[in-house]
Amino acid sequence: MDSASGGTVGAPDEARGTDPADSRTVELAARVEKGDRRAVARALSVVERADTSSRALIALLFPRTGRAHLVGVTGVGGVGKSSLIARLVTEWRRRGKRVGVVAVDPTSAATGGALLGDRIRMEELLADPGVFVRSMATRGAGGGLARATIDATRVFDAAGYDVVVVETIGVGQDQLDVGQVAETIVVVEAPNLGDDVQALKAGLREIADVYAVNKADTGSTDRTVATLRAMLALEGDRDWNPPIVKTSAATGEGIAELADAAEVHLAWLARSRRRAARRRERARAELRRLLQEQLLRDLLGRVGDPDLTAATTAVLGGTDPYRCASELLRRYHG
Amino acid sequence: MTTADKPSSAPPIRVLVAKPGLDGHDRGAKVVARALRDAGMEVIYTGIRQTPEMIAEAALQEDVDVVGLSILSGAHMVLVPKVVAALRERGVDDVLIVVGGIIPPGEGKQLKQHGVAEVFGPGTPMNEIVDFVREHARPRGG
Repeated sequence: MDSASGGTVGAPDEARGTDPADSRTVELAARVEKGDRRAVARALSVVERADTSSRALIALLFPRTGRAHLVGVTGVGGVGKSSLIARLVTEWRRRGKRVGVVAVDPTSAATGGALLGDRIRMEELLADPGVFVRSMATRGAGGGLARATIDATRVFDAAGYDVVVVETIGVGQDQLDVGQVAETIVVVEAPNLGDDVQALKAGLREIADVYAVNKADTGSTDRTVATLRAMLALEGDRDWNPPIVKTSAATGEGIAELADAAEVHLAWLARSRRRAARRRERARAELRRLLQEQLLRDLLGRVGDPDLTAATTAVLGGTDPYRCASELLRRYHG
Repeated sequence: MTTADKPSSAPPIRVLVAKPGLDGHDRGAKVVARALRDAGMEVIYTGIRQTPEMIAEAALQEDVDVVGLSILSGAHMVLVPKVVAALRERGVDDVLIVVGGIIPPGEGKQLKQHGVAEVFGPGTPMNEIVDFVREHARPRGG
């Protein structure tokens, strides 16, 4: 673990709670800002660790962020997110943009391990130095994933990537709420993946800025599009009406239109001052989450193991768990 | 440093499992990938028919601790040194490199001179591979 003492160089440590950066972190941040790929890779590992050196790194990089277009690509498993992203990245490259991708896959709760396979569909991007793909495992539930993902987009942003894509299976359960990370959310759907109650259930349709109805080459996307249209019509006119783009990662159909739709959405966000408003919402949500995490850690750190054991015994002895929790809270937090 | 920020437990070992060259037999690679995942590691699987450059680039971007190469085509004496060279070209000089496949003992020795840490032949018990990786992966945090 990095020591916070010694070699402190130019780090903003006067504010309480800001971690001073050691010289190695300062050097790493400088290399990230120059776009050094090896440094970007290391920095992504550092932010995933979520320790004091990761906070110091983000403190250094933060002033250089805020320029990238943050795009979330989400959808239930099997709709072809990774293949679609590979195509989309190629299109963005054609438009002269450098692209960073964070591909999130679940960690096995049982073993703590993960098999990350999204790269398989993105291999043609490997020869291009303007593209950087990073696989990230969820590493347990809670705020950890949101924190790691948000900070990963900051690393890419500070390194000068124009577009940063976050690929996840979306919302709910231990998954990341993609709205906490992305400015433009592309919800990917595909025909023949069970009834569309699945997509409703996943809550994806409430967050979509753009719909991609993928696998258009299979020829059966019309019904999916019609269902989406009907659903959007029910919602009436909103200030942003999510466009529906038919895409095929296999043939490339609709990819340019999808890139256009994302750009149009970003332009709308900026024009309507929504971009600032959404930033404000995300900043507020992040602060709230960081406070929660810190308070939780503080509290659990203070509640001694003997007390927890005694309360557990009380619950097993017939005292209801709400009462035991309240008593513990009163003692340590009241 | 705030007192509440307890040092987190060691992050999982990250392993790239890759198949360089032209043979498409990836069942062994997948079995090894799964065993490593079940041992609590984060395994990035990149699929078949990878060039040495693709493998080195993936290893760089994923910042892995270990690169595992599965080669059944017999071209290991050509491919492995190329992967090692491509890694070094990118400044990735601190990863553990292991090779699995049908490798004659003499050639295995030569591969080790090229920077390969260990060679695993057919029928190697899975826990032997897992233990080796766990023991020799570069320590995290640097």
